[in-house]
Amino acid sequence: MQITVDQPRSMLDIYKLYENMEDNNIMLSFKGEVSFGLINSVLGIIEDKLEVIEGSRKTKKKFYNVLVECLQNLGHHVEGVEDEGPFGKSVLLMIWSESDDYRVATGNYIENDRIPKLQGWLEHINSLDKEALRELYRETMKGDGFSDKGGAGLGFLDIARKSGQKLNFGFKPVDDKSSFFSFQISIPKNGE
Amino acid sequence: MESLILEATSMTPSISFNAEEGRLEMKGRSIPENSLEFYQPVFEWLDKYVESPQDKTVVHIQFDYFNTSSSKCILDVLKRIDKIDQKGLDVLVKWYYDESDEDMMEAGEDYEDLLDAPFEFVALEEE
Repeated sequence: MQITVDQPRSMLDIYKLYENMEDNNIMLSFKGEVSFGLINSVLGIIEDKLEVIEGSRKTKKKFYNVLVECLQNLGHHVEGVEDEGPFGKSVLLMIWSESDDYRVATGNYIENDRIPKLQGWLEHINSLDKEALRELYRETMKGDGFSDKGGAGLGFLDIARKSGQKLNFGFKPVDDKSSFFSFQISIPKNGE
Repeated sequence: MESLILEATSMTPSISFNAEEGRLEMKGRSIPENSLEFYQPVFEWLDKYVESPQDKTVVHIQFDYFNTSSSKCILDVLKRIDKIDQKGLDVLVKWYYDESDEDMMEAGEDYEDLLDAPFEFVALEEE
């Protein structure tokens, strides 16, 4: 027996939305204000999910490690943001699975005057091979320039090391003062 | 000197530092967003222990994960351990890692490179 109850036209097609997310293997999607409480919940959700869907301990660890750094980068970033209008602590986070890798995408507003330093650091990381990344990590950890709070510095470096992939990023201007920083990383499912 | 015992949480490792036995153990995960807050009492305990350590100190470190915020604190823990080595006393860091976890092995090697104290690496087989 089939039952059809047509929904009002004015209503969002929620089933279509669900199917879209299902077809794209979205593991988690979030847009809004981020806090460390929320981040810790997300980590818990993904960790439980990985226990079920990922058989390789190695991949599981790498993915979880990278995710921790991506999320804590976001958390530390918004900590320093004064909440003003639409360009406040609001972020985008999406985690999904492709056939050969897991992907994490984040987005957040950033003040334009902070872009050159961040862009330079990310480009520098992308220019290095595995051994050079390791050397830079050791040097950065040893140095005093790195704050105990973590800071995005070592975080992005660690993401590049653990994933073995290039960092994908872009900045899109939203007004004279701010831009939107988009970041994406993939974690290969190549665990033995 | 009293032992320092901290239970593991979903974000922080268990700490079991026994001054009488010279056995210091850290185990689990270390991914707090503010690691200094967690490690401050650990540093304070170590500063005291290092003043009059046992003739032989063994530090057992077995992490599943740690974040970059913790990595600096772990280095600061080990720098204090290094002081025992500099005093000419016997000290050993035993670094345990899951045999499939190359990243954790490398992390241990990175610390070994930055420090004087001897390291021993122990690969743990999958259960």
